[in-house]
This record gives sequence, structure tokens and C-alpha cells, in this order.
Amino acid sequence: MPNTQQLKDLTTQVRRDILRMVHKVNSGHPGGSLGCAEFFVALYNEIMERNNGFDMDGIGEDVFFLSNGHISPVYYSVLARSGYFPIDELNTFRLINSRLQGHPTTHENLPGVRIASGSLGQGMSVALGAAQTKKLNNDSHLIYSLHGDGELQEGQNWEAIMYAAGNNVDNIIATIDLNGQQIDGSTDDVLPMGNIKAKFEAFGWTVVEINEGNDIDAILKGMVEAKSKTGKGKPVCVLLKTVMGNGVDFMMYTHAWHGKAPNDEQLAIGLKQNPETLGDY
Amino acid sequence: MKTYTNTGSKDTRSGFGAGLTELGKTNENVVALCADLIGSLKMDDFKANHPERFFQVGIAEANMIGLAAGMTIGGKIPFTGTFANFSTGRVYDQIRQSVAYSDKNVKICASHAGLTLGEDGATHQILEDIGLMKMLPGMTVINPCDYNQTKAATIAIAEHRGPVYLRFGRPKVANFTPENQTFEIGKAIHLIEGTDVTILATGHLVWEALEAAKTLSEKGISAEVINIHTIKPLDDEAIIKSVTKTGCIVTAEEHNFLGGLGESVARVLATNKPTPQEFVATKDTFGESGTPKQLMEKYGLNSQAIVKAVETVLKRK
Repeated sequence: MPNTQQLKDLTTQVRRDILRMVHKVNSGHPGGSLGCAEFFVALYNEIMERNNGFDMDGIGEDVFFLSNGHISPVYYSVLARSGYFPIDELNTFRLINSRLQGHPTTHENLPGVRIASGSLGQGMSVALGAAQTKKLNNDSHLIYSLHGDGELQEGQNWEAIMYAAGNNVDNIIATIDLNGQQIDGSTDDVLPMGNIKAKFEAFGWTVVEINEGNDIDAILKGMVEAKSKTGKGKPVCVLLKTVMGNGVDFMMYTHAWHGKAPNDEQLAIGLKQNPETLGDY
Repeated sequence: MKTYTNTGSKDTRSGFGAGLTELGKTNENVVALCADLIGSLKMDDFKANHPERFFQVGIAEANMIGLAAGMTIGGKIPFTGTFANFSTGRVYDQIRQSVAYSDKNVKICASHAGLTLGEDGATHQILEDIGLMKMLPGMTVINPCDYNQTKAATIAIAEHRGPVYLRFGRPKVANFTPENQTFEIGKAIHLIEGTDVTILATGHLVWEALEAAKTLSEKGISAEVINIHTIKPLDDEAIIKSVTKTGCIVTAEEHNFLGGLGESVARVLATNKPTPQEFVATKDTFGESGTPKQLMEKYGLNSQAIVKAVETVLKRK
């Protein structure tokens, strides 16, 4: 079993990174980033089989795609702390001439990023394409992807979800961040999506639920289960129930911090709730 | 004056199909995707010969573009096939973010472009696709003129690293360029040398330009005809050189005059060598149902329209 204390320490540090990044430039998306911190830490440290260094083609390793690109702070923090680029570069988030654009891009050659995302709903198709190339290349490694729940309102997802089952793309684990929030309010208020699990199942996917999506142990258990369901003719979906803004009490259980940065005082409170563990950038 | 012979009319989409068949044999990284239009795009051979590298995506073009972008990761060279309308306008943001901005090696192959799609009418006759695609940073835009050139262009773009928009059409048109030609992206082809006027044409209008040159020659007007198969990157040098000699220009395309080849040429001329120019193109309008011939006549996209434009531009020299 992995040492989950180390992962928890890393998660706390990632939360600090997120808060400090968005605070510095007074912009960015802390809510969803904080909600997915445990998931990213678990994915990059325990779940994915990754090669050293970065190669765009990702042959012989698991490959991850972030579809809801606005949670770039957590992505950048975990990529940096997984060795893809210098941790100090987090200082440049959203600044001019930076590789750390507001939304992730391949355009500035940031190691770790394989597709631009930000305009929502496109990542599922991209991930499926990469999964099919893995099969053509006889590469048994997996494709992982992450999508927001609100993002499922984009129709392209359902084209892709239908395609995946119809074509037995069974080397993908697509995770949906079920935090129930989007910019204008709760997903139920904005556009109720009904039973997402039933929808994926009706489209022919295998669904694994992680009800404690901010608990490292629960995530590891759920993702191992998801992995065990790949290669059986059906695409695999993980429904990851998270709390937006997790780990910073005043940011939790609300959509208010979807795309808003904390002020100096709020930053201080947030950092106090998440003491430095591995060293700030 | 140099003349050209139609060796037998063929559709440019069949040139695409033939090129794809050839690529299937020569390049194992080439994969093809189609959104429920295999027969229309002439992708049947590739599908039959390489079923493992062919992906039927159904009527879901947005997903097709995303799949293609993803397939490049791991070294594949995806060719997507559907009508020009559904290859561009319908999926503009998918192309913009997942392909162009992400610098993915996807070849967007678009048939039934322009008015010559014919009877299906304006919903399917896109006249804005060149403009949409040329505005995307890093996108190469190619509109070959006949079967042989479309086949050669299809083969050539597999060797080009980066996103490409390849535009071709439905009707049978004159096939007059050499068989098994080498296609050089971005390199204009001088078809007829002339001294009085430059006619710069792309796609189906190239043959019409050749026909126009014959008529003009009978009237004592020496027209230089250039085939601009690549709209982006544009062969600025060839254009400037030609108008330096002729002093006026007519651009001809099966596309809206807003955003098409003509406007790209006007930019080159305005910044390098201001020159009188006339546009043979649709004039900010949608198309309609009709036969290709009727439509090209009604919307002023045939050899007669080119002759008329030449006569107009000559007066402005």
C-alpha cells in the first residue's frame, strides 16, 4: 500500500500552490482546482504509469487529458511537483510570456500538456482518439481524462460517449468531477442533468463511483477498481464526488469561488488552514 | 498561347479518394475518419483495404475532429472526411482549439465545397470555408483544381507536418494537369504566360480561367493564368512578379469575395504593389438549388464572368 500520508502532505502543498497562484494574478479558478487536488495527486503519484521526462506521443506510458482546462492551477502544480517543469515556474501563472497560460495549451511547449483545453466539452473526443491510437500501436497503457460535471452540458460529450461504447474503446478511464457547481450556480439550478450514472450506463459504459472524492484512500481504491474494469470491451467512467473549494472552509459548498481569486486576507486564512509541507515555490 | 487538354472530366473528390488509397499503401501512419459520407468522399477503397485504420464516426463531426486531434498523439496522421460545410463552420471551435491551437497534425478533407454541390442548396453549399480556415494561425489551406492535382495534393499533405484544410468538390470537371505530378504546397503554377492581365484562379475556376484566356486571346488580350492551389501560405512572390509585368489582376474562386483568395491577394498587393483588381467570386450571398452549371452562371463564376472582369480591370490600368 502506498504511504498516503505523503500524498496527503503533497495535497496540502498543492492547495497552497493553487491559492498563491490565483491570488498573485487576481484571476483563475480556485474552486474546481481545490476540489480535484486529491485526485490529481493520486493520479500522478500512484495511479498512472509514467515515463521519465515528457514526450508528446506518450508511447509506452499512461496519458492524461484535462478537458475542463480552467482548473489549470491544480494541473500545473501537480505537473511541476511531478517533475515536468521547475516548481518555480508556478510563479509565472497567467503572466505575459509564460508557458502557464490561463488555460492549458501545447502552444507554449509546456511539458506534460498534450492538448489545449478551456473551451469546454472537447476533451472526451481527444482522449478517445488517443486511446484508439494506443490500440493501433499495440500499446497496452491507458488513457485517463478529467471532465467537469457542468461540462457534460456540452453536446460533443454525448457524441463521444456514444462513440466510445459503440467502438469498444475500453482502454480509457474518463473521470467526471461531480461537484454539482458551475459558474451561475448549482448544476441542478442551471441545467439539471438528471442521473449521470444512469446516463453513462445507458450509453454502454461501466461506471465506478467514488463517493469520497476528496479522500486519497477512497480515490486510490476507486481508481484501482476502475483500472480492473478496463480491457473488457467497455469504456470506463469514474464519477468522482468532490466538494468545490475543498480544504479552504470559506470556499467550500458554493459556486462563488469557481473563478474568483482570494484577497490578501482570504489568502492568509486559506494558507493557515493548509500549512506548508513540502516547501512553497 | 499554351493550351491544355481535358483528358476526361472527373470529380476532384475522386482524386482525393485515389490519393487516400495510395497513402494507405505507402504510409502506415495514415488513418481516416468519416462522418457517414464514405461514398460521397470516395473513401470506400481505403476502408476496404485498411479497416483497422478506418473510423466511421457517424453523424457527429465535432467528435470526429476531436478524435482526429487525439489520434495524432502516438504518431498517427488522421484524414477527416465530410462535406466542406460540416468540416469547417459546424466544427470551427473544435478545429480552433483541439487542432490549430494544439498544433495537431490533422488533415481536414472537405468535399462538396461551394456552389457546385448543386441541387442540395444553400444549407450544404459553403462559400465561407476558405475564409474560416485561413484565419486560423498555422492552418494550411489548399484548393486543388482537378482530379490529378487533388490526388497529388492528398499525397503531399501527409508529408507536411501540421494542420491542413484540403478543399475539393462534387461535380465532374476537366482533368488537365499532369498525372502523377509532384505537388508543392504554397507554390503557384504558371499555366499560361501573358502580358496584359493576370488571372489568378483556384479550384474549379482554374479551368474556367483557361477557357477565358482562349476567348481573350481571340480578342487580342494576352492573359497570364496562374493556378493558386494553396491559398495559405500564399505565393506572394509569384503574384507580385506577375502583376509587375501585367499591371492588373482578376482573382477567381468558388467562394465569397469576403474572406476568400481575392482578399488575400488584395492584402499582398496593397502592401507590396497596389494594382487594380477585380473579383470573380460570390458577392456576400448564400447559394440556392440548381445544377452546378446554372449556379456558376447565375452567380458569375464561369469563364464568361472572368472575361467580363478582365475587360473591366483593363480599363482601370
